[in-house]
Amino acid sequence: MSTTTVAHHEEHAEHPSGIMRWLTTTNHKDIGTMYLTFSLIMFLVGGSMILAIRAELFQPGLQLLNPEFFNQLIGVHALIMIFAALMPAATGFANWMIPLQIGAPDMALPRLNNWGFWLLPPSAILLTLPFTLALFGIGDGALATGWTFYPPLSVQGGIGVDFAIFAVHLLGISSVLGSINIIVTLFNMRAPGMTLMKMPMFAWGWLITAFLLVATIPVLAGAVTMLLTDRHFGTHFFDAAGGGDPIMFQHLFWFFGHPEVYILLLPVWGFIPQILETFSRKPMYGYKAQVYSLWAIGALAVVVWAHHFFTAGMPVPALLYFMYSTMAISLPLAVLFFCWIKTMWKGSMSFETPMLFAVGWIILFGIGGLTGLVLADVAADAQYHNSYFVVAHFHYTLFAGGIMGIMAGTYYWLPKMTGHMYSEKLGKLHFWLTAISFNLTFIPQFFLGLAGMPRRIPDYALQFAEFNMISSIAAFVLGFSQLLFVYNIVSCARGGKKATDQVWEGAKGLEWTLSSPPPYHSFTEQPTVK
Amino acid sequence: MQVLKKIGLGIAVMLASLNAFADYAWNFPLPATPMAADTLHVHNKFMTITGIIFVVVLAIMIYAIFAHRKSKNFKPVTDKVPSTAVEIFWTLIPFAILLLIDFVIMGIPAYHSVIMMENTREKANMVIKITGSQWRWQYEYMDGDAQGIKFVSNLATPKEQTDKGFTGVKNEHYLLEVDNRLVLPVGEKVRVLMTATDVLHNWWVPQFGSSRVAVPGFIRETWVQVETPGTYRGQCKELCGKGHGYMPIVVDALPVAEYKLWVAAKKEELAKAAAGADKVWTKEDLIANGKTVYEKNCAVCHQVTGAGLPPAFPALTGSKVANGPIFGADGKYLKDGHLDRVLNGVRVMPAWKAVLNDTEIASVITYERNGLGNAVGDVLQPAQVKAARQ
Repeated sequence: MSTTTVAHHEEHAEHPSGIMRWLTTTNHKDIGTMYLTFSLIMFLVGGSMILAIRAELFQPGLQLLNPEFFNQLIGVHALIMIFAALMPAATGFANWMIPLQIGAPDMALPRLNNWGFWLLPPSAILLTLPFTLALFGIGDGALATGWTFYPPLSVQGGIGVDFAIFAVHLLGISSVLGSINIIVTLFNMRAPGMTLMKMPMFAWGWLITAFLLVATIPVLAGAVTMLLTDRHFGTHFFDAAGGGDPIMFQHLFWFFGHPEVYILLLPVWGFIPQILETFSRKPMYGYKAQVYSLWAIGALAVVVWAHHFFTAGMPVPALLYFMYSTMAISLPLAVLFFCWIKTMWKGSMSFETPMLFAVGWIILFGIGGLTGLVLADVAADAQYHNSYFVVAHFHYTLFAGGIMGIMAGTYYWLPKMTGHMYSEKLGKLHFWLTAISFNLTFIPQFFLGLAGMPRRIPDYALQFAEFNMISSIAAFVLGFSQLLFVYNIVSCARGGKKATDQVWEGAKGLEWTLSSPPPYHSFTEQPTVK
Repeated sequence: MQVLKKIGLGIAVMLASLNAFADYAWNFPLPATPMAADTLHVHNKFMTITGIIFVVVLAIMIYAIFAHRKSKNFKPVTDKVPSTAVEIFWTLIPFAILLLIDFVIMGIPAYHSVIMMENTREKANMVIKITGSQWRWQYEYMDGDAQGIKFVSNLATPKEQTDKGFTGVKNEHYLLEVDNRLVLPVGEKVRVLMTATDVLHNWWVPQFGSSRVAVPGFIRETWVQVETPGTYRGQCKELCGKGHGYMPIVVDALPVAEYKLWVAAKKEELAKAAAGADKVWTKEDLIANGKTVYEKNCAVCHQVTGAGLPPAFPALTGSKVANGPIFGADGKYLKDGHLDRVLNGVRVMPAWKAVLNDTEIASVITYERNGLGNAVGDVLQPAQVKAARQ
């Protein structure tokens, strides 16, 4: 891909300064920055919750937390990490990078964009407010059902459930607005000459994510609304006594919940190949194969949901169908893994921090994917289900596959966004600390699950003690290593070595043709792509 | 396949030698049922396959990482810009490998496991019903000699050990011990019906390989056929509220002859308890018995002292219900009175009529009215509870 004309108009349009700049901004980069900052803050909030839990699980017996509070922390940790850390991070990158990558001046719907972001802080407050209210004797704390809201437990629960339902509504609206914006932008604002099959892979990943969000968020919104009316208006959607069925909720929830996994991962699958080609100094392998694989995964994502509750009981044909369709996801994923590694193969690789994260990401996400393949087996799933094996599995996909991917993207684009180079030394230290302590945290959890430790228990039998202790210590190292990440980002934003326009020797694509940082209004003159 | 087995064995031996503790668990616990044996077999096979895929792919990557570096002046090859036919050929290889693994090597044994797991009725010799409630299991024998045996199984670990800040020595089977164990005959296929009274629970004994969600208002089924006598322990594994970590399962598998003896003894015990409902109890006996029942069943929420955990779990000390009248002027128990509350529950409070017998309900109500800082002074006789049920 090459560009013919690149406009470097250093004109600064009038915009308010101070707090009003951020409240009223419709600029894609400002909004992107706000998404990313919000995401980083919530990552630390969700992380400190889980450190409290790991401290409690350090040894058998109750030391720090009551079981009620423990249950609240696990659910809110998950909701925050998924909806307030990982999703906004991906949306932040989309806002920043999609217009730059496709040669557009801004997102198609800038006001909608602003609204999409400003729905997030209120929903984060809704999620966490019940903790504070409980301190003043109002209600009994936050949602204590785990992030999945399963009734009848969630019908029994206190006001924390209502708060979480409304938080999910707001988060859902925000995601759908963001998705509409991305779809409209990608279909209408690509530079002349950039056909769909010339779009950067990140744009492809996001396009499919956006379609998945638009398709599934309304189902989640419907499910939690039914829950709300069951709680307060005497309906019986999920109550057998009135003709309802608690398992119906699980079908509705996971119809959203399974695609959600891919919603979180598709943007990462988009930019990781871009990082790999940059640092391998060689174009990505199998562009078309990757695009078709992303589509295949997007399509399969919405037809495999029931593998999340095989043990809830369903007819044999349904068990077989959901097992085999789940296994089928490994086919396009195998193609993706092949293309990623083939991109590295016989390249001229160098290992700056983004590349370290990208390579580590392939390996660790690979473990998440392979354990996912065995989890699809119905009989073995009876053992894995709701044990620590599953906890370890989805942290390999969502922490390694999601968050470590986001970290790779952060280091990759940070010089472009700020105009400064981050500290490579600290970045590498951050990578090694994260990768090692992550494995030490979660490998023991695989064995805990196999040995029979259920998840979501505040206290455990004595035979689980050693592995839990290792896991807790490593979790604290993992948690505190993230302060390095924060420090590196903040100091990079404040100053440092000037970054060049191209930043990385092998970087290709429209975003690297602009100055670092890019002008307030990117591409005032449209580039064309051959 | 031989080679695969050897590699798998090698990995297993390697892991075993890492094992510093004699009975340390690196895999599923020793299977006790055909289903668990099958699950372990399938698990080992799949883990070996995925392990090999992982190691091979990792090796290729590591080779590239060391060989194809810029620092070694490795010049990038220029892939001929996508020559589509070659690209399709190459990308179809991983696709085909996974197709074979998913639907043949793994898919076929997985199919047979599912069919075996779901075959709950064929050759089943007896039926038991398991009911999950917050936070205990109830077992009922549905047919055969044992028909009519029905009891509740609670956590037996002393409360002070599970309390916050306990630093003493914990029981060997801390959190995995119960007062009444489920007893099953060895070698018999037992069809298990599963339901719940309040929220979802999941009855899981890892060595049995079966786990099924107990859904209130529905019957789910699975089966168990224990092949070696022994004691097996497990836990609830569906988040069911604050007591989720405190509802263990203990199963004693006895040889058939011993099982028959147990059935006879248990029947006698239950008959004696039922007879207790017809005699008139003294206040002291009721209070003493009620204290045991209370601490086993009610103290989780209402606390040992009766102080409760407001606002979710109200205090009983000084409560309107526990100090108000039980019966109305017509001799029937009052709606929202003390007995009504215990029998039928309300919101989070479970209905106890199916869980506790007449004597237990009478005792616990008498205890709540005359202990826990309350002094109503009256007595509820088991016979009155029996009458109230009708």
